[in-house]
Amino acid sequence: MANNPNHRDLFPGALEVMILQSLRLKPMHGYALVKHIKQVSDDLLPVEEGSLYPALQRMLKEGWLEAETGTSAKGRPTRIYRLTDAGIRHLEKEVVSVEKMFAGITRVLAVAKI
Amino acid sequence: MQWFAKFFSRRRRYEDISISIQEHIDERTEELMADGISRKQAEQTARREFGNVSLVEESSREVWQWPAFDSILADLKFAFRRLRKSPGFAATVLLTLAIGIGANTVVFSVVNGVLLKPLPYPDSERLVSLWLNAPGAGGLANFSNGLQLSTSMYLTFSEHNRTFQSMGIWVPSNASVTGVGEPEQVPSGVISDGVLQTLDVPPAVGRWFTQADQDPHGAKTVMLSYGYWQRRFGGDRNAIGRVIQVDAQSREIVGVMPRGFRLVDREFDLLVPLALDRANQKLAGFGFSGIARLKPGIQVAQADADIARLIPVWMDSWSNGPGTNPHFYERWRISPGFRSLKQQVIGSIGGVLWVVMATVGVVMLIVCTNVANLLLVRAESRHQELSIRAALGASRMRIARELLIESVSLGLLGGVIAIGVAVAGLRLLIAFGPTDLPRLSEISLDALALGFTLALSVLSGTLFGSISALRYARTKASATMGSTTRTASTGRARQRSRNALVTAQVSMALVLLVSAVLMIRTFAALRNVEPGFADPQHVQTMHIWIPDLLISDPQTATHVQNNIADHLAAIPGVTSVGFAGAVPMENVDPNWDGIHVEGKTYEGGEPPLRLFNFVSPAYFNAMGTRLVAGRDFTWSDLYDLRPRVIVSENFARESWGSASAAIGKRLRQFDSSPWQDVVGVVEDVRVHGVDEQAPAIVYWPAMHNDPYTPKPTIDAPRFVTFAIHSDRAGTESFLKQVQQAVWSVNASLPLASVNTMQEIYSQSLARTSFMLVMLAIAGTMALALSLIGIYGVMSYAVSQRTREIGIRLALGAQKGALRWMFVRSALMLTGVGVVIGLGAAAALMRLIKSLLFGISPLDPLTFLAVPVILATAAALASYLPARRAARVDPVEALRAE
Repeated sequence: MANNPNHRDLFPGALEVMILQSLRLKPMHGYALVKHIKQVSDDLLPVEEGSLYPALQRMLKEGWLEAETGTSAKGRPTRIYRLTDAGIRHLEKEVVSVEKMFAGITRVLAVAKI
Repeated sequence: MQWFAKFFSRRRRYEDISISIQEHIDERTEELMADGISRKQAEQTARREFGNVSLVEESSREVWQWPAFDSILADLKFAFRRLRKSPGFAATVLLTLAIGIGANTVVFSVVNGVLLKPLPYPDSERLVSLWLNAPGAGGLANFSNGLQLSTSMYLTFSEHNRTFQSMGIWVPSNASVTGVGEPEQVPSGVISDGVLQTLDVPPAVGRWFTQADQDPHGAKTVMLSYGYWQRRFGGDRNAIGRVIQVDAQSREIVGVMPRGFRLVDREFDLLVPLALDRANQKLAGFGFSGIARLKPGIQVAQADADIARLIPVWMDSWSNGPGTNPHFYERWRISPGFRSLKQQVIGSIGGVLWVVMATVGVVMLIVCTNVANLLLVRAESRHQELSIRAALGASRMRIARELLIESVSLGLLGGVIAIGVAVAGLRLLIAFGPTDLPRLSEISLDALALGFTLALSVLSGTLFGSISALRYARTKASATMGSTTRTASTGRARQRSRNALVTAQVSMALVLLVSAVLMIRTFAALRNVEPGFADPQHVQTMHIWIPDLLISDPQTATHVQNNIADHLAAIPGVTSVGFAGAVPMENVDPNWDGIHVEGKTYEGGEPPLRLFNFVSPAYFNAMGTRLVAGRDFTWSDLYDLRPRVIVSENFARESWGSASAAIGKRLRQFDSSPWQDVVGVVEDVRVHGVDEQAPAIVYWPAMHNDPYTPKPTIDAPRFVTFAIHSDRAGTESFLKQVQQAVWSVNASLPLASVNTMQEIYSQSLARTSFMLVMLAIAGTMALALSLIGIYGVMSYAVSQRTREIGIRLALGAQKGALRWMFVRSALMLTGVGVVIGLGAAAALMRLIKSLLFGISPLDPLTFLAVPVILATAAALASYLPARRAARVDPVEALRAE
């Protein structure tokens, strides 16, 4: 969406990995997820609401998440997202491939510096 | 059911999304308020940070959708809602489309039924018509049949060919059936062995003819058509084995052909075996149509070569009797020119039908441009809405898609109504269409025709929709929103595309009108041709057939015919009666043969072939054929077998220089025949239709000496057509009296083909009048549509330019000048359209040259008159809106908006 020079676009699947990893800690609702990711990444990773909600629906459809009726911290009705077994398996696979990718990128960048 | 469950769970999902997002914004708002910002500001900030709520909601929902389908469904709903809100617009467009698509569906059904569908026989692509070319045979080899086969050819070809799986010959005929109710004359087909095997359609009941049925000395049998079986025997299976009298011959019914079976292109009631007697066959007698089924994998050219090889064999195997030269036929240069049976059945109608198809296609294009124009005007009124939507982030694709969905659904709705129009149109066409249209009964609205309608609906919807879609998808939001403010008139660009459409319309209408007017002129030219007979609506004709088995002696047969003529003449109101072997334009040629004129020598020793007819006294009088010189036959000329002939005027001129010079001159058929005195000359008769040259004709007395037998034997035509001149021709009471008169002479003689000459004459013009009606309808539609187009564009221009007109009037413009301004711009559009149209017409009219008669495809009168008519009509159509413009009150106009 907005072209902010301080933030780069995430690679495909990155948002999903972060959501899955966050929800693995505990089930959360949408706003809590956004805040959680911002906090943990020290504001380095922006989470755009425009991508978050469609991504959540995609993951629901894939069966990685479940949504249940719950209440927010302020006692208003909302939907809490929880990781399923399939979600955990997917996350583990993705984490391995993301780590491999980072290792690869790091090496290439290291060589380029010389 | 799963789909159903999914649909409901989907609603729950959508709710979840909304709740989640709502909570997200609420929570953020509260956080901001905790920082000490007012609720209102906090809410605004939260929303701004979140972005476009409905867009996020929509794209979240799309995860659960079959996205394209759902949004198209929404667009559809929207389109229908908007159509319901403007019923006038919807009705105009749908009606125009329904008529346009309906007309196309009708004509396509005809093209499909006649030209495209295979013939209704198994493996019909292997069927060929045994067409022989014989450039040396004069009128015997004509355009519709080539040179037909003789029985001896059939025997040689069928026994020695290597390329046919089966072959046979047949000839259409009429048969009198007696012994079942009133005597009746019904159409029949006389078929040789091989015809049924070639067509390969099994009988519905009973069996086919076998070899035994074709034995001239064997049992006499007959087959029935399905229709005759139903009519006469009520579909009773016990009819098989019953005996009926066919031409006074007892025949056993052996089989019934299935419903819809036709003998090539003929309807028939009875099939009779040809039962050839080998011993009596000669080379001559070229009166049979041949059909064959090729062996699998054999091409037509191979069959041609095969039979070309057999033509000399045929001449060696047979003769025309002692003293004749069997190789005489080498001079005819007979060669096979076989063609597919379908090609033979369709004949020359193909060209006519494609022209009609092209014509209604052009009408459809005009319909599309008209609808496109209406849609452009309509899209204009939605301009503001579309610009706002574009500004809010609707993509061009999205807007274009919506406009297209609207137009395609208009097209489809129009198509649905069009099917109703087509059903009605086809009924009309089959009822009033030309009866010489082959395969008329096979025309129906089948799956292919419906597919065509669907395709045409979608295609036309896309075509007229894409014009406005292209225009509006291209517009820039800022520009369009700006232009609707208080500027004087709308952008020129939009007016320009409507103008282009009107110009296209005018030029297409011009082409259609030119072709319609050329057709009208052709028809008029044909009507002006002297056919060689007069007062046709008062000439009653009918066929009477006297079978050999009923009256064997030809002299007695002639007496019976004479007797009938006398009884007919006694009917009140009858002025004269005669009969002949054939009347004009019934496509029956009694005979063709060579005629020697005394004192003339001929190139190659053989005289050209002439058409023969056999006539009674007073026949010319009854037909209104003028006697140019000399006298008519008398009954004593006939009974005394006096050697007399009457010739046509063109024959007299060719042979002796003038009609009067012909009287008393002599001619004969063979060197061995006696000389015949020419006693009279009659005017030329266009026996093959008014658009064909009148052939040279030799008229023989109805009773005469047979020139084909070695000893003089009396011969008389047994199949004759009576011509009765009476003011009461064609009336019910008159026909009853005619029937009574015939039966008072012999009660077992049936009447057939009872028509007035007028009906026969109109029938021969049927193809031209069919073209005329089709082109006139198309031309009228085109004219009306383009006038509506011009009127629409001018009215719209006036309504858009009201303010400008107000200013002009306020500054002192004259009302007349204002009116002229609008009429002039309409005339400009028409002028450009006319110029383009004239060019197109000049190029296209060459294509219909073969359908014209007595007129050039570039007929100057037509090419001058049509543009004048169009321009006048266009001026009138634009005058109404122009007058409205001049009536604008400047004060009102400037105050408005």
